[in-house]
Amino acid sequence: MNSAGMRFTVLQRLLHWLMAVCILAMLFIGVGMVSTVMPKYVVLLATHKTLGIAILVLALVRLGVRARYGSPPLPADLPVPMKLAARLSHYALYAIMIGMPLIGWAMMSAGAYPVVLYGSIHLPAILPRSASLHALLWNAHFYLAFAFFALILLHLAAALFHALIRRDGVFESMAPVPSHDETAPVE
Amino acid sequence: MPGLAGQSSHRTFGSLALIAVIVGVVAGAFAYTAGWLSPDRLTPTKIVDSLAPATGPALGHRRNHAKGICFTGTFESNGNGAELSRAQVFSRGQYPVLGRFNLATPDPEAQDATVRVRGMGLQISAKDGEQWRAALIDPPFFPVATPVAFYELLEASHNKDPDAMKAFVGKHPEFAAFVEWAQSAPWTASYAEDPYNSLDSFVFIDNSGGEHVVRWSLLPEAEIVPVTNADFAKLGPDHLEQEITDRVSKAPQRWTMAVTVADPGDPTADPSKAWPSGRRTVEVGTLVVQKIEAERDGPCRDINFDPTILPKGIEVSDDPFPAARSSAYAKSYDLRTSEVKYYPHQQQTATGAQP
Repeated sequence: MNSAGMRFTVLQRLLHWLMAVCILAMLFIGVGMVSTVMPKYVVLLATHKTLGIAILVLALVRLGVRARYGSPPLPADLPVPMKLAARLSHYALYAIMIGMPLIGWAMMSAGAYPVVLYGSIHLPAILPRSASLHALLWNAHFYLAFAFFALILLHLAAALFHALIRRDGVFESMAPVPSHDETAPVE
Repeated sequence: MPGLAGQSSHRTFGSLALIAVIVGVVAGAFAYTAGWLSPDRLTPTKIVDSLAPATGPALGHRRNHAKGICFTGTFESNGNGAELSRAQVFSRGQYPVLGRFNLATPDPEAQDATVRVRGMGLQISAKDGEQWRAALIDPPFFPVATPVAFYELLEASHNKDPDAMKAFVGKHPEFAAFVEWAQSAPWTASYAEDPYNSLDSFVFIDNSGGEHVVRWSLLPEAEIVPVTNADFAKLGPDHLEQEITDRVSKAPQRWTMAVTVADPGDPTADPSKAWPSGRRTVEVGTLVVQKIEAERDGPCRDINFDPTILPKGIEVSDDPFPAARSSAYAKSYDLRTSEVKYYPHQQQTATGAQP
């Protein structure tokens, strides 16, 4: 199997797996921090803000890289509904990766909270102070977080379905290291 | 080849099962982290819910310290605090202040004389964009030693069983000192005559990175005129807000900010224990309250006076309360900002009209 065109570029794979770790950590920190009153709450909240902005930056970089390098084609024999599901779920993932940090940042701004990251980095407010905007954005942030997690579980299940059942090279196209099948001569 | 097909479907079933297990484990870990599998975990929701009176929370209002009035003014820093903390607010100069005098009650219409504990929310802004927020109260120490004990106190106070409170006091003997204070400390008839204490300890970090564990207080410069609770009650249900509005309109009111530094071995993690007298105290400046505004549409209403919003040079200590308060205050803030439409109704009730 020729790797050119069949796999995402090294940069894309690096960004994917780095963001996978960041986003999973982010979702776990989010549900963990809002359900605790222990001293770790303060650390979790600071980490949540910093990691959120890091994810926003990474997602924007990744969108640019994707526009530049594209993606390997889906297998020709993949049923049309699955192709559609793959395409739509990826649009949703990009939208939510970029949208969630922005909603969180806007929510903090509307709530008149200072937005301070690790290293005492201050971010400006991106919305005027408003209780009703805060409530709207809080609800969006809360419900989208669960939608995001559900989408990630779906993404994980689909990736494993390609890897273990269809064995069609889709999983290998994003695998961090070339799999055994791929390095073995195909002839 | 039926044999091969059978093998293949067997393998597919195994793979599907493996996928289900992997997805299930991730989802389960998420549910555990969210506390859905741990009903005993003390959550901010539990604390906030337990603050509500039997008739339910006052929608749109803070879940505790619900009755209050906004103020603005200045923190005049004298520069003495700079040796303890590199926070810009301790450099000699003037810093804008936003705050809120309040009563420790979940009822925004409570009669003043029925509320023993008074508080102050405070936000000092520095030129470098850093903010220092705090929520202080007037007793000299906190009623209980831990956030869990605070929750147990709330639960016991709602419990119809008369033995619940006895059992609580038995388990948390530190509460007796608070009861003693509540019964014996004189009342005042003015927010301007009360001291406001951080009670919780914080860590000040100086220019060379040295750490100092401190507590701090705002001590009134106004003359303190003690009154009995009965005499105070005669002044009316909303005397404090009327009085402070009147007093500040005649002259700014001032408090000295005094920072007390812990000695090694002092109970820095337990705000129910006052530190022994004789600790080094540094007067770092003066809070000047210049203007009073009603909470409704006032500048303090939509501010969460979260005591973990600290400038560079101040950090949380081993005291577990600021984190617990931050978590619970955020919950209260999230709830009340989603109840904005109810807030004016409460105000109309306060001025006599029925919603």
